[in-house]
Amino acid sequence: MTLNSKIPAGPLESKWKNYKSTCKLVNPANKRHLDVIVIGTGLAGASAAASLGEMGYKVKTFCFQDSPRRAHSIAAQGGINAAKNYQNDGDSTYRLFYDTIKGGDYRAREGNVYRLAEVSANIIDQCVAQGVPFAREYGGLLSNRSFGGVQVQRTFYAAGQTGQQLLIGAYQALERQVALGNVTQYSRHEMQELVMIDGKARGIIARNLVTGELERFFGHAVLLCSGGYGNVFYLSTNAMGSNVTAAWKAHKKGAYFGNPCFTQIHPTCIPVSGDHQSKLTLMSESLRNDGRIWVPKKQGDSRKANDIPEEERDYYLERRYPAFGNLVPRDVASRAAKERCDAGYGVGASKQAVYLDYSSAIERYGKTEANKQGIENPDARTIRELGEGVVKEKYGNLFEMYEKITGEDPYKVPMRIYPAVHYTMGGLWVDYELQTNIPGLYALGEANFSDHGANRLGASALMQGLADGYFVVPYTLGNNLADDIRTKAIPTDHPAFEAAEKEVSDRINRLMNIKGKESVESFHKRLGKIMWNKCGMARNAQGLKEAIEEIKALRKEFWSNVFIPGDIKEFNPELDKAGRVADFLELGELMCLDALNRNESCGGHFREEYQTEDGEALRQDDQYMYVSAWEYKGDSQYEMHKEALDYEVVHPTQRSYK
Amino acid sequence: MNLTLKVWKQKNKNEKGHFETYQVKDISSEMSFLEMFDVLNEQLVAEGKEPIAFDHDCREGICGMCSMHINGRAHGPWHHTTTCQLHMREYKNGDTIVVEPWRANSFPVIKDLVVDRTSFDRIIEAGGYISVNTGNAVDANALPIEKQKADEAFAAAACIGCGACVAACPNASAMLFVSAKVSHLALLPQGDPERKTRAVNMIQQMDKEGFGSCTNIGACEAECPKGISLENIARLNREYIGAVFSGSGEGA
Repeated sequence: MTLNSKIPAGPLESKWKNYKSTCKLVNPANKRHLDVIVIGTGLAGASAAASLGEMGYKVKTFCFQDSPRRAHSIAAQGGINAAKNYQNDGDSTYRLFYDTIKGGDYRAREGNVYRLAEVSANIIDQCVAQGVPFAREYGGLLSNRSFGGVQVQRTFYAAGQTGQQLLIGAYQALERQVALGNVTQYSRHEMQELVMIDGKARGIIARNLVTGELERFFGHAVLLCSGGYGNVFYLSTNAMGSNVTAAWKAHKKGAYFGNPCFTQIHPTCIPVSGDHQSKLTLMSESLRNDGRIWVPKKQGDSRKANDIPEEERDYYLERRYPAFGNLVPRDVASRAAKERCDAGYGVGASKQAVYLDYSSAIERYGKTEANKQGIENPDARTIRELGEGVVKEKYGNLFEMYEKITGEDPYKVPMRIYPAVHYTMGGLWVDYELQTNIPGLYALGEANFSDHGANRLGASALMQGLADGYFVVPYTLGNNLADDIRTKAIPTDHPAFEAAEKEVSDRINRLMNIKGKESVESFHKRLGKIMWNKCGMARNAQGLKEAIEEIKALRKEFWSNVFIPGDIKEFNPELDKAGRVADFLELGELMCLDALNRNESCGGHFREEYQTEDGEALRQDDQYMYVSAWEYKGDSQYEMHKEALDYEVVHPTQRSYK
Repeated sequence: MNLTLKVWKQKNKNEKGHFETYQVKDISSEMSFLEMFDVLNEQLVAEGKEPIAFDHDCREGICGMCSMHINGRAHGPWHHTTTCQLHMREYKNGDTIVVEPWRANSFPVIKDLVVDRTSFDRIIEAGGYISVNTGNAVDANALPIEKQKADEAFAAAACIGCGACVAACPNASAMLFVSAKVSHLALLPQGDPERKTRAVNMIQQMDKEGFGSCTNIGACEAECPKGISLENIARLNREYIGAVFSGSGEGA
């Protein structure tokens, strides 16, 4: 099969406009007879389900949590980008497009990214209309801040809880449609299989996580909005339940997986404190607006942070990247932290951490505040108190969270941070319409591969999730369903449903009957260690080859020695987890294959063999300017298809933030 | 440290529950409370026993999924803290900790420490939104909102819907939850057109779900992990009474 990205012809800035003006429509009476299944209720899923419900489609939503409002979009802290140019600092649709393409290290499609930048402004309008309480200035207008990899202030935020507020907005819109009868919601349900009829996605098999029963659902189309797969690393900033299962089942039914090796390691997370660690906690990128990152100039310096004098500190990001300083993109900041720690300059008990220091910001804000309040010659203590007040208003909840987890007061001592797995740019391959290569199957938000190339910029995940759900799929879905209006709802006793359900129940029985000795958790941890050590922040050919063999062996062991307590037909979280880990054990191998194939460094994918003299990522545009789209061909067998990336407007160069 | 845990076990909503006693050893003070439960569950699995079911997801204090009643307090002893953010440095060697699910008729137990909170979804369905379809919005800055009002609305909107307010209340009232949503939307000009029907409909749904009445005890505010203020309940009462007396608050 050849990959057709379906990017509309014409100049970049008119592609989406032309598409919207010419795409096919479904009339309201017909929409009432079209069923749409939405898997996942985060920003992408909730916004899509609400919008499609408003339009009159019959929507069913599914989430494994107890309510749609719990989806992990809720944990996004820092903000959402939009090319509003409210700050009059030179922002524009083109600049947001350009920053995103460059930030992604020239591995994303121009057409998709331009559309994303174009609809970004509508998202802010929509959210404000829904009552999302964004931060405001005293004049009553919206406030902005900066994020990594850009030189304008285009990030809208609600303290350190932007994802929560946006998700609640989308959730409320969704609940309104539930009340109106346009959406039926199925919580504590997990998709277990995709049902295909005549080559099209026509439904799902879901497991009711409370009763353990398998249930069948028909849809004219299925939208996967199931998030990313960062939990393949065991430790990540993802929620405990975040998983790849829905996307992976679709992949095994024929949907191509795009750029699986592109994972984002976020530079500022609270370091691992011991073997008991179950997840990692992010400290928002917004903290790099005001915080300064440093390590001691002396190797193995064991003095306390506050005892190290100014001249003995190495603000290595400011030193290496004067133009962007502490606000370099995530991949660059993460690698720089790793480089310092590997070279023996790390801090804290584990030496696997660097400092994120607020003392100079506190002093700066304190002085400004004293001026504002007309305090003449304020003493150091007053300045400090006033400054802490300002920082508290901006970042209070993050500082509080840090203190709860570490027991240290970040107003007094610098935070210790280290990079952690955060986001996956890779995902199901989709065309411009967000449709996978399986007709009727769509992927939105983090679940698709489309907009962030090899590295996502901060505050762009929320933007993409909502762009896909509110403003893209409502058009593109209609364009395809217009041809499906004569298809009557297919009864779920159709043989394809029978067969899919049997597949799921056989698999569950097989898992339960292994009755081995080792817990699911333990296998997950072991997989995570392989992935982090060999397919993490830095990768090399030999390590990846080893990892592939190790994962295969581990998978074999899992299927012969895992122990799952409890029964099938009941609430059984161990069984839920076993299914997810079984899929991670397959995905991990594909990620390593993809990383091994890509003999270059770009964005978050850093192959040690390919770096510039000063340790920056070295792309090989002549050989790897493509999306790798992997087709599942059977156990451990994959075929790669290439989608060439044509840059018509931007000229790819060596990315520089110096 | 070594600890004794007395944990509520209940097979499903139809069967009676009981406390079971467990011992855990070598718990590090760096662990979160849920990581201590992970240790216990791994221990149970190793012994071939069924682990304890508990709800949790983000483990960052924001999703609202975790919900343990610890030594008689919703989310345990730390102020403004969810169960997942409570850390073991709070406890010392030899302590006994009693862990129960949220107790409320409107939150039936599903299994062990897991309860059904779908009643909260239904309360939101009754009116916890602004009726605006996608694509109808004006420019975001066309509507300036006083910073103080926006901040107040945000403080109310910070509710994570965990249900601790209900669990803490002797009447199992959901007034803090309902009032947080009504306040969030009533404080903003966008929420104004529907404010009356919203207050009335949400209250009606709350009653229908069987939540108790508010008698101004204040346990909800004290135990709320997000510090949602009692002032919201006062505002909800004003909104509700205003709506009922103006006659325009007929349930839609």
